[in-house]
Amino acid sequence: MMPPEEPPKERWPEQPRPSWPEQPSHDRFLDDQAGPMVRPYVMTSGRLEPTRGKFDLITLVVAAGPEPDGQLGLGPEHVSIMRLCQQVMSVAELTGHLDLPVATVRVMLGDLLDKGFINMQEPEPEADMHDIRLYKAVIDGLRAL
Amino acid sequence: MVSGLSSRDSRGRRLPTAVKIVIAGGFGVGKTTMVGTVSETKPLRTEEVLTDEGIGVDDISGVERKKTTTVAMDFGRITMRDEYVLYLFGTPGQERFWFMWDEVALGALGAVVLADTRRLSDCFPSVDYFERRGTPFIVAVNCFEGSQQFDLPEIQMALNLGPNVPVMLCDARSLESCKKVLIDMVLHAMKTRGLAPAPA
Ligand SMILES: Nc1nc2c(ncn2[C@@H]2O[C@H](COP(=O)(O)OP(=O)(O)O)[C@@H](O)[C@H]2O)c(=O)[nH]1
Ligand SMILES: [Mg+2]
Repeated sequence: MMPPEEPPKERWPEQPRPSWPEQPSHDRFLDDQAGPMVRPYVMTSGRLEPTRGKFDLITLVVAAGPEPDGQLGLGPEHVSIMRLCQQVMSVAELTGHLDLPVATVRVMLGDLLDKGFINMQEPEPEADMHDIRLYKAVIDGLRAL
Repeated sequence: MVSGLSSRDSRGRRLPTAVKIVIAGGFGVGKTTMVGTVSETKPLRTEEVLTDEGIGVDDISGVERKKTTTVAMDFGRITMRDEYVLYLFGTPGQERFWFMWDEVALGALGAVVLADTRRLSDCFPSVDYFERRGTPFIVAVNCFEGSQQFDLPEIQMALNLGPNVPVMLCDARSLESCKKVLIDMVLHAMKTRGLAPAPA
């Protein structure tokens, strides 16, 4: 795997950070190819697929309300997702901020969707890539950079 | 689009729609650089883990071995007017990461294959993949110092590209250059999908 690289210049505002504490490293089972595996497995109770939703990397997710407090059968990572999703955020961005594998985040998003805690917008399926407004908006957006 | 589910935020505003462009190519060709040059936010990294289960039980330890492959992608975001958000995914072009490619290429507006003339063959798998899949793509030759100068038609031939695949030079560190590459890619994607190109 490639080492994390620094972007060319620091011109971006600070990103929101998850506030759940870092797990001490001895709690992690480190597989040099796969990275920490045990903790994500526990967060999802061993589930590999979300109960609801496909959660493409660019599916946009937003919290349906304020952060819930603990007692709703949610783990700390679910709460972190709710906190991040106070702003609209893609599944990919959530995995980046949480530093968790995509599959793990998907399962937790399925739980939140199931409980009605999040809303989402799936991306256009490929068959719908014929909307000329989409292309115009993208070209204008790129020109404005 | 999923109907029956609310796609609005807690204040009732419609969520934007996300679109993506794939930046593919071999190791060290400038994918992360290009993503960082155009992204409005500090690029993030997403990791996907593929686990092959049931490879066999180790005779000695009795522990079931799983073979895992991890692929990391750097990505950036550009917010567009009209309620679109563009994501750029820098995707490593090695064949062993194909499980990731299918997911990233699905629904992509198109792809930019970055090429380095010192290691042109590194971009063959990406070119093959997008050709086979029918994803509109262009080839951008990242001009590193000390690399031999090639004519674009020579590169077109060396990559065995169809005459309709645009090939252009770029510098992944330059915003103007990256903008041109991405705009040309979007225009090419429109043409490929039979949409009239937007007037300049
Ligand atoms: N001279 C030159 N160097 C570049 C260019 N693009 C990237 N680089 C450098 O090449 C190295 C690898 O680039 P990187 O973006 O990490 O490649 P990746 O593996 O495809 O993500 C970095 O040190 C970059 O600074 C370019 O257009 N010209
Ligand atoms: Mg990279």
